[in-house]
Amino acid sequence: MKRRDSFKTLLVGTVAGVTAASSIGCKTDTGAPKEAAAADESADNLYGRLPKEITRDKRIKGAVFLNEHELTTIAILCDIILPATPTAGSATDAQVPEFIEFIVKDMPYHQLPMRGGLMWLDIESNRRFNKEFASATDAQQIEIVEDIAYPDTDGSKADMAPGIKFFNLMRNFTLTGYYTSKMGIDDLGYVGNFPNVWDGVPEEVLKEHDVAYDPEWLAKCVDQSQREVIAEWDDRGNLLT
Amino acid sequence: MQIKENAQVYDAIIVGSGAGGGMATRMLSDAGMKVALVEAGPYFDPKDPVTQTQLKWPWESPRRGAGSTRAFGDFDMSWGDWEVDGEPYTQKEDTDFRWWRARMLGGRTNHWGRISLRFGPTDFKHKDIDGLGENWPIGYEDVKPYYDRLDKMVGVYGTNEGRYNDPDGFFLPPPKPRLHELYYIKAARKIGVDVIPSRMSMLTKRLNNDRGVCFYCRQCGRSCSAYADFSSSSVFCIPAVNGGGVDLYVNSMVKNVLTDDEGRATGVSYINKEDRKEYQLKGRVVVLGASACSSARILLNSKSKQHPNGLGNSSDNVGRYLHDSTGAGRGGFVPALMDQKTGYNQDGTGGMHIYSPWWLDNKKLDFPRGYHIEVGGGMGMPSYGFGFNVTEYNEFLGLPTGGYGDKLREDVKKFYGAFIHMAGRGEAIALRDNRCELDPDVVDQWGIPVLRFNYKWSDYERLQAKHMHQTFEEIIHAMGGTPTGHLPTKEEDYGLLKPGQIIHEVGTTRMGNDPKTSVTNKYSQLHDADNVFIVDAGPFTSQADKNCTWTIMALSMRTSEYIVNQLKQQNI
Repeated sequence: MKRRDSFKTLLVGTVAGVTAASSIGCKTDTGAPKEAAAADESADNLYGRLPKEITRDKRIKGAVFLNEHELTTIAILCDIILPATPTAGSATDAQVPEFIEFIVKDMPYHQLPMRGGLMWLDIESNRRFNKEFASATDAQQIEIVEDIAYPDTDGSKADMAPGIKFFNLMRNFTLTGYYTSKMGIDDLGYVGNFPNVWDGVPEEVLKEHDVAYDPEWLAKCVDQSQREVIAEWDDRGNLLT
Repeated sequence: MQIKENAQVYDAIIVGSGAGGGMATRMLSDAGMKVALVEAGPYFDPKDPVTQTQLKWPWESPRRGAGSTRAFGDFDMSWGDWEVDGEPYTQKEDTDFRWWRARMLGGRTNHWGRISLRFGPTDFKHKDIDGLGENWPIGYEDVKPYYDRLDKMVGVYGTNEGRYNDPDGFFLPPPKPRLHELYYIKAARKIGVDVIPSRMSMLTKRLNNDRGVCFYCRQCGRSCSAYADFSSSSVFCIPAVNGGGVDLYVNSMVKNVLTDDEGRATGVSYINKEDRKEYQLKGRVVVLGASACSSARILLNSKSKQHPNGLGNSSDNVGRYLHDSTGAGRGGFVPALMDQKTGYNQDGTGGMHIYSPWWLDNKKLDFPRGYHIEVGGGMGMPSYGFGFNVTEYNEFLGLPTGGYGDKLREDVKKFYGAFIHMAGRGEAIALRDNRCELDPDVVDQWGIPVLRFNYKWSDYERLQAKHMHQTFEEIIHAMGGTPTGHLPTKEEDYGLLKPGQIIHEVGTTRMGNDPKTSVTNKYSQLHDADNVFIVDAGPFTSQADKNCTWTIMALSMRTSEYIVNQLKQQNI
């Protein structure tokens, strides 16, 4: 059910994207429905775009490449690649399918490998189970994934090569989409991107790694208690403050 | 008259608002001169929330910061990169020169690495040592007073180390090294590679009351909203314009310098990108700071009866001796940095806190000039590309690759921060045949003839790149690590990057005492027109194993003072 739910969300998101993208009425945006007036200007400016970049984003968001069936299959694969854990959500929880839907339009050279790979997966599933991948049971899906999620190290599964290649692409997109989301960054443990006063590696980390700050080096480093005091030097370049 | 003339006669017209043009704007307006600052791109203020990218999260970009519209990614603060819409450049034969152009107030300084290295005494007179290239007509002692003032005016962190060719200065205190940098220090020292605190123009300590102090987000490439890094926009141009002595012309693409019957400059002609009309400005002095290649292009496009080969080009030297820094890079996997403790902020300042200045004697090597090493790594903020092929790193551990599910999650965390990267940046030899010239057949969308590049590396640079890679491998091994990728072969130019990729192009209007072999004199004043000056990296007689920005600014300060004095003495 969860996959089904996120699929619905995804579709709503996509449709909403079309509406929003058509609404600003840029001169180059022909064929935009006039009635879609509520422009999400604030959303467009979230990451400091130039007008031509906003236009490009709108065009891309408004375009449709992957169809519903393809997006459903992608959502299933994403959650096989990164299922939820007790402490972190799944790839679809982090809206990875939405990211993939966008990125193949942003980078069109991914379109053929993505579309062809999805079709390969359905053909393989039909061959084995007489069902498309999305309609196969969880166990059947995993059976195929097991065959394409690892490299063919001994040449025993040459006919799986296109699937292995496709799964690599899916895994890369899923990881990047997930770990650049808030959920993924929290899971990773990256702590930063906020104003702070860096004052070196914590003592316990230094100990753990058996490294230490050289006292001579450290003596030259910034004394953060004096950071707001205006710098003054003597004639030879020695900092006085 | 179809061309729109401005009746005002400026004391100085400055073309380009980057490091050189920004400094000249600051100096000349401080001296009370009426200045026109002409910039080919739009206005930019690092603290404008509409265009700000600093402190954005990757998910705020639908492509998670990928480089689809900006070569260095969505959050990089350069409007324009190796490609600019409607402004092409061409290549001769098999040349593949990459020409980065930022079209915005402050130019490339809004995103640069802030690595701020003085040239040393050797760098100005390197021909005396190896007989190659040409000596500068000035020496370190001529520039030192300006470097000293620049350090105090703009701010740079670093340390006085007493190194002959990496001179001391007036430094703000450096930040402490990060974890992977401590590993690098240990390894480099073990194999005899020097390593010292880096020298970067961020304010780790308050410099004055106009600018903030670094708050350690590691995003100087996005330009600092607190003005705590050096961007020409925030530090020079905006204060100068707000001071009232400067008229700023944005979206104005200078086509040529106008000259009179005596061959002296009277102003510039530019295309207004908004209405696509041609305009003219009049000035007593013209200062070109459009970037080494753009200023050469403007000069070559300034043909007249008095200057039939282009302004300043009686020597046929404009555009010649073009050279970029050399570059090669290599990564390494360091097992000791696996499974790092997360949960603490490791951002620090933008770029590296430590670096290796050139540490060897070229007399004992098979290439003539040096390089420095820049160090990257750590647990940075993820962006597009994070996690790509992560399972393949298991090969380093003799473990199977591939997989999905909880094991994949573990792999991501296991390898997060376990890599180090090194970039070598070295000095190339300036060669007469490496050049940009006008393409006779092609104009850009503003109707201005474009540049055509002709550039070939020599073995001087290739063998240097070979040495870089050998050093990178030694350092990685000394860290107990394994180099990623392979050792580039001779056929791959030993991993030497393409010219222009390092974005340190210099030399196109080189200075010298002899007007037959140089374009400007030692004050960056054209031999052929005494009221035209060049304040970008064009006048560099040679690069060094250093980045060029700090020297661009020191020389621009020196030239600006010379202009003020010459005007006072009524010599120009």
